[in-house]
Amino acid sequence: MAEIKLPENKLNQLKEICKSFDNKAGELINVLHKAQELFGYLPAEVQEVVAAELNTPVAHVFGVVSFYSFFTMTPRGRFPISICLGTACYVRGAEKVSDEFKRLLNLKLGETSADGKFSLTGLRCVGACGLAPVVLVGAKVYGRIAPENVKDIIKEYEEL
Amino acid sequence: MEQIKVTIDKKTLEVPKGTTILAAAKTIGIDIPTLCYFSLGDMKIENKPGGCRICVVEVEGRRNLAPACATECTPNMMVKTNSMRVLNARRTVLELILSDHPFDCLICAKSGNCELQDMAHRFGVREIPYHGEQSKYRVDTSPSIIRDVDKCIMCRRCEMMCNTVQTVGTLSAINRGFEAVVATAFEMNLEKSSCTYCGQCVAVCPTGALTEVDHTRQVISALADPKKTVIVQTAPAVRAALGEEFGLEAGSLVTGKMVAALRELGFDYIFDTDFAADLTIMEEGTELLSRLNKHLAGDKEVKLPILTSCCPAWVNFFEHNFPELKDIPSTARSPQQMFGAIAKTFYAEKLGISRENMVVVSIMPCLAKKYECQRDEFKTDGNPDVDFAISTRELANFIKQANIDFNALPDEDFDNPLGVSSGAAVIFGTTGGVIEAAVRTAYEIQTGKSLEKVDFDELRGMEGIREATIDVDGFPMRIGIAHGLGNARKLLEDVRDGKSQFHAIEIMACPGGCIGGGGQPLHHGDSSILMARQKAIYCEDAGKTIRKSHENPYIKELYEKFLGKPMSEKAHHLLHTHYFDKRTKITIE
Ligand code: SF4
Ligand code: SF4
Ligand code: FES
Repeated sequence: MAEIKLPENKLNQLKEICKSFDNKAGELINVLHKAQELFGYLPAEVQEVVAAELNTPVAHVFGVVSFYSFFTMTPRGRFPISICLGTACYVRGAEKVSDEFKRLLNLKLGETSADGKFSLTGLRCVGACGLAPVVLVGAKVYGRIAPENVKDIIKEYEEL
Repeated sequence: MEQIKVTIDKKTLEVPKGTTILAAAKTIGIDIPTLCYFSLGDMKIENKPGGCRICVVEVEGRRNLAPACATECTPNMMVKTNSMRVLNARRTVLELILSDHPFDCLICAKSGNCELQDMAHRFGVREIPYHGEQSKYRVDTSPSIIRDVDKCIMCRRCEMMCNTVQTVGTLSAINRGFEAVVATAFEMNLEKSSCTYCGQCVAVCPTGALTEVDHTRQVISALADPKKTVIVQTAPAVRAALGEEFGLEAGSLVTGKMVAALRELGFDYIFDTDFAADLTIMEEGTELLSRLNKHLAGDKEVKLPILTSCCPAWVNFFEHNFPELKDIPSTARSPQQMFGAIAKTFYAEKLGISRENMVVVSIMPCLAKKYECQRDEFKTDGNPDVDFAISTRELANFIKQANIDFNALPDEDFDNPLGVSSGAAVIFGTTGGVIEAAVRTAYEIQTGKSLEKVDFDELRGMEGIREATIDVDGFPMRIGIAHGLGNARKLLEDVRDGKSQFHAIEIMACPGGCIGGGGQPLHHGDSSILMARQKAIYCEDAGKTIRKSHENPYIKELYEKFLGKPMSEKAHHLLHTHYFDKRTKITIE
């Protein structure tokens, strides 16, 4: 028999989210969006609860989570680094920037460092095309980034 | 219905509006290849994702090729199913699928019965021009089923079976693009999931991605061990399907040949699960009457309807999905387990051997039986009542391995005493049969009268949910029947919500009942095969001298000499069980 454990307040908040969508299985994607806002990621436990609340199989919930790259099952780092891979950023060299982050942090997109400090994700257009290529660390925006700048950005957070 | 005219490969025909190109072509003998498409027409089961594109055809006036399985005919449509363009496109589709498929055909469990292999054969594929990366997933082995996801071609038939038909929801398409496969939540082991082991996913998978755990080798080593007495029991549905594996027409009854083959293979005693089915009726029927009579006497506590409990996949289903109802099903064990319990006590004593030196093998149409015989409740000091359950398919392979010419075998009889059974027991193999068998006995015990007609046609059929009222000497006994777990769920929800009007409900997990079990010869979507098997089962019943379980002389003797009465303490201990709450628990940290 599987057993799922979650802290009480989080569990209640999660149930509230489901309720705000009338516990409708058709609202699964919206529920998952809110749940990911709450937890930062979507661990198996959260998916189990969502499945139970919306009365839908957990395999289906996982099917949706694994399909959309926006959803993640790994917790984000303390300093989540997001690289815009939208068209404008891409043509101005975002891929090289992304490669440099991957190389220096030894992470793939979607991964979090072992010490939980950094996580790396790719984003679709963030709407700051004038600043392309754009990198976000948490809420802070870095514009017109070249691969050479990557080292310095990481350094800013390394000591924190 | 409005008829429309279409022309397929220069042949003009009329079809009802709404007919697909695939179905229209079939009526004039054109067999368009399919992979993802699957249907069991008579049971209203269909998978039509239009995903694999192996069935493409050319439609005049359309730029792109159209999937025949998912395109409806339109008036005066001109279709070409075998133009150069079509054949090239199909070949490319097939080569792309094969480029991401393992090449271990020689040792794959599905070899010889694989639709992908057949397709490669049909197209005469001799090389794969695309050499891409191959996906790598781990192999997941459970007590009944093996998932080898690398062999998945994403037809999604299993997903349809597990979700739409069975409403279990263990399997789902996960990931996207190249990585996409059908898997469990979080890719957990089936054993950890809510899987019921019904095996319906295995029954429809075109490739070796889903197969049963093969226990034939263990059976062979037991047979080779001089210290062991090896006893075999055969479930009712096996005799109505085994012949298909040897080229016989669907619906051929091969009871006698099956017995002869088992004797030839070296089993010491050839017994019949049907004997235990008669025993089940004695226990379950008595339980039904006792609950019913309490209810009639005004007892408000008594739980009704009673639900049959012979189907282990069904038991798994309610343990996971309706644990709050776990005291509603009959406590009677399944015939497989009753047989094992009697064999390893009564019969072992009779032979003067220990249970450890007795090996009980069952031949089952079912994959859930593999799991069932491994449940802890059915063991004594770690020794299981039933050691191995092998499927109809495994038995067929075993017979072929042993170079037995099955079709040339003479008809032989089961051994006494555990091989004697009534017609009521045989019909356990089809939907409606268990409850009909129970009614035959319950009626006579309750009324003290003898039935004029033992056939209850109102309980027979293939509709997913059926109901009938049987007149038991003035008392209208209301009976519900469901096969397929999705149908069972509907009846169960009514029971849970207090809306059910039935006194007794029969449930079988597989569409058609055991004749359509996950361990039967593959039907490849031909529902007429299931119909033929059902007919064969009723035919075997009609040919029996004894038609009612309580008239089986060896059953009477077993009660006199060993068990006492139905529901006696000894019977309780050996023939009844209890159920567990297996729902995922959400607790606070
Ligand atoms: S596991 Fe088999 S039935 Fe299921 S999608 Fe894959 S190939 Fe199809
Ligand atoms: S055995 Fe039945 S319940 Fe289990 S995954 Fe297959 S279809 Fe679903
Ligand atoms: S069989 Fe028609 S698309 Fe797969």
